[in-house]
Amino acid sequence: MQLTVLLVVLAVLAVVGYHLGRSRAANAVGGRIVQLHSVPAYYGAYVALWAGLPAFLLFVAWGVSEGWLVMQMVLAGLPDRLTSVDAQGIALLKADLLNLAHGLNTGRQPDPAVVAGAEHYNALRQLGDWAVLGFGSALAVAGLWYARERISPRMRARNQVERVINIVLIGCSLVAILTTVGIVLSLVFEAARFFMAVNPLEFLFGLHWSPQMAIRADQVGSSGSFGAVPLFAGTLLITVIAMLVAVPVGLMAAIFMSEYATPRMRTALKPILEVLAGIPTVVYGFFAALTMAPFVRRIGDAVGLDVSSESALAAGVVMGVMIIPFVSSLSDDVINAVPQSLRDGSYGLGATKSETIKLVVMPAALPGIVAAVMLAVSRAIGETMIVTMAAGLSANLTANPLEAVTTVTTQIATLLVGDQEFDSPKTLSAFGLGLVLFIVTLTLNMIALRVVQKYREKYD
Amino acid sequence: MTELADPDVRAVSPARSRYQSDEFVARLRRRYAAEQRFKYAGMAAIGLASLMLVVLLGSIISQGYTAFQQTSIALDITFDAAEIDPQGTRNPEVLAQANYAKLIRDSLGTVFPEATSRADRRTLSDLLSSGAPFELAMMVRDDPSLVGTTKRVWLTASDDVDQFMKGFIPRNVAETERRVNDVQVAAIDRLASKDSIEKSFNTTLFTAGDSREPELAGIWGAIVGSFMTLAITMALAVPIGVSAAIYLEEFAPKRWWTDLIEVNINNLAAVPSIVFGLLGLAVFLNFFGMPRSAPVVGGVVLALMTLPIIIIATRAALKAVPPSIREAALGIGASPLQTVLHHVLPLAMPGILTGTIIGMAHALGETAPLLMIGMVAFIVDIPGGFTDSATVLPVQIYMWADSPERAFTERTSAAIMILLGFLVLMNGLAVFLRKKFERRW
Repeated sequence: MQLTVLLVVLAVLAVVGYHLGRSRAANAVGGRIVQLHSVPAYYGAYVALWAGLPAFLLFVAWGVSEGWLVMQMVLAGLPDRLTSVDAQGIALLKADLLNLAHGLNTGRQPDPAVVAGAEHYNALRQLGDWAVLGFGSALAVAGLWYARERISPRMRARNQVERVINIVLIGCSLVAILTTVGIVLSLVFEAARFFMAVNPLEFLFGLHWSPQMAIRADQVGSSGSFGAVPLFAGTLLITVIAMLVAVPVGLMAAIFMSEYATPRMRTALKPILEVLAGIPTVVYGFFAALTMAPFVRRIGDAVGLDVSSESALAAGVVMGVMIIPFVSSLSDDVINAVPQSLRDGSYGLGATKSETIKLVVMPAALPGIVAAVMLAVSRAIGETMIVTMAAGLSANLTANPLEAVTTVTTQIATLLVGDQEFDSPKTLSAFGLGLVLFIVTLTLNMIALRVVQKYREKYD
Repeated sequence: MTELADPDVRAVSPARSRYQSDEFVARLRRRYAAEQRFKYAGMAAIGLASLMLVVLLGSIISQGYTAFQQTSIALDITFDAAEIDPQGTRNPEVLAQANYAKLIRDSLGTVFPEATSRADRRTLSDLLSSGAPFELAMMVRDDPSLVGTTKRVWLTASDDVDQFMKGFIPRNVAETERRVNDVQVAAIDRLASKDSIEKSFNTTLFTAGDSREPELAGIWGAIVGSFMTLAITMALAVPIGVSAAIYLEEFAPKRWWTDLIEVNINNLAAVPSIVFGLLGLAVFLNFFGMPRSAPVVGGVVLALMTLPIIIIATRAALKAVPPSIREAALGIGASPLQTVLHHVLPLAMPGILTGTIIGMAHALGETAPLLMIGMVAFIVDIPGGFTDSATVLPVQIYMWADSPERAFTERTSAAIMILLGFLVLMNGLAVFLRKKFERRW
């Protein structure tokens, strides 16, 4: 609440500062703005930045660190008998505190000291929010006044404002890097915790996957086993099926669109592929689970085959359909990048159109098409919803497309949906799988993007 | 190719050169046949893709259109004052806690006087949704003067009755094999003969939150959740994405670190979406302690995911603005920043908007990363703020698709139709903008 007020205050002060700065600059030269170093709007922006930016940074810093900071202070204030426990106990204590502070029922009679701690937590947060509101507003007013005082006709307002904007722009570009770093760090850290409990070799080469953990130590089947090979095999099987659908259809569609179709046909047919590309994956998943899988099963029954109701075939085919537009649009680009002179040369020698395509255009476009297929494979491997909804959960090690298999993404999704405890290998194994998934798709993408780039340069 | 398609060249000249030998003609015929086959293969590929699209949309529409109707049953309810409000205080709390289920049972008893056994009466009560007493409670809350009167009221029927009315539960199978028993079928027929059971537009679907009972479940909560999530995504991804694109396209010096950013963005665009979910779980939920299931976290995760799309689209739009515009602006003394902000950016705006809308449409349909951050929880309430627990439309579809009831299948399809409707709307807007403002230089 207070923080929203602060944002409104900052916005108002920035607008006020802008007008004050502009008029002050114009007044300083008696209205002859030619004598100013920068146009008056820059002086306005200068004051507005001084008014808004420092307080805004304070706001962001507080918003990010508030929860942690207040929690540390509360923990320090609790009696030792509560805080002198292991890491797990601290985590539990924190969760209790948060629940109580948000007025939720923890399900058991809370310790009075914890209740007091929760009240302390709420009070500190309130106090902190008020302090930030007060301090931020003061900072904004001070900045506004300081900047306004500094305005003079000789001041290089434009250069200063532009420098700040430049820094902001660089900061925005760095978000992409930060995201990658965040992904890598979170995967590596959690996966490292997983690999402390489970041998990485066993994970990568083990043949048995059943990630349940025991509630009691003496329970039957108490140790889960984390051999991920069945998952890799399942992913591979579904990916291969998907590629068998997507590559021929997508490639032929791209060839037809770029070589045979008249411009009018192209404008009529292109939306079909675009619509296929725009359908959310959850819709494909629903289609695979409720229409395709029973259909495949019925066909199987008709010819006397025993088809699982969660067959890899159904999921793979639907995933292939999903990837058709991806393959076709990438191949379309690649085919169009082949210079017309190559085609003309081939026609001049008497080749038919299909011979030209098969013997001249395709070989010339091959690296690009291979890259497109690699990107498609990476997409198929990373696709989650179709397999979560239509493929099975049992980790079968099989190459039979009529049986149910499970995939890496399905397992990640099922392991992490619902309540998790972050100290069991069962939950952490999802991050191990995520790391493998990330490395594999990243490698495929890197190589494919490299090839595409190199190839584009060759013909440009 | 039609002029080449007729290989019968022998007729042209009576003198047979080696180009008219039988082998040559046969070979040419083969080559032309191969040409035709290749072309048909291309057409078949397009045809197959179209067929799949038609089957996909057809199956969803045919399964889902019935969900826009809901069966309800009319009963003469006696709002007995002695039952609802024995003290006559009209105190809202007393009114809310009255036993409305008994009113319904009494009313059913007068319609079906022959049903005297407990089992029969219970079977008859099952004709109505378990939410029917709440509907009565709401009516009385809104209009306490109803107490003491008798009124004909339309109440929501249970999902089994609804499916029976829509013809999805066949009448002519053994009683044990259908979810509506013979007593209920007879009762439905009796109600139908008195025009007391009918299908009407399903407003619940559009106004309610999620529910375990299909007839009470709606997608409004998910739509609100989707809207909030997208608002956060847009507020973060658009300014950051456009700024980053401006910097990379217009100002960035060609150094190793700008190359690194570029490679990075291209790779991020191809990272599986579920990995972004893992990032959100590990960083935002576990490290920063942000609330689970909240639109704010979902919005941040989707923003990180759509950022590369927006950056790439914006860079393409900026690149399409001819250098002469920049040179003219620089030539009359504008600073580089003024050049970009005053001249290049406005000209690139339609392209940026198109890319942004497509990125947002992508975010609207995304499911997997949101499963990771707990937006898959069963949430009945309509979310009221960015930190409330919420779900989004695609996740709602995912959850309903898992429910075994036939009535949920049709609602899932209906929800898909609504989601696709939103997507069509957004993409249509993008196409419209592109068509309207497209400029060839």
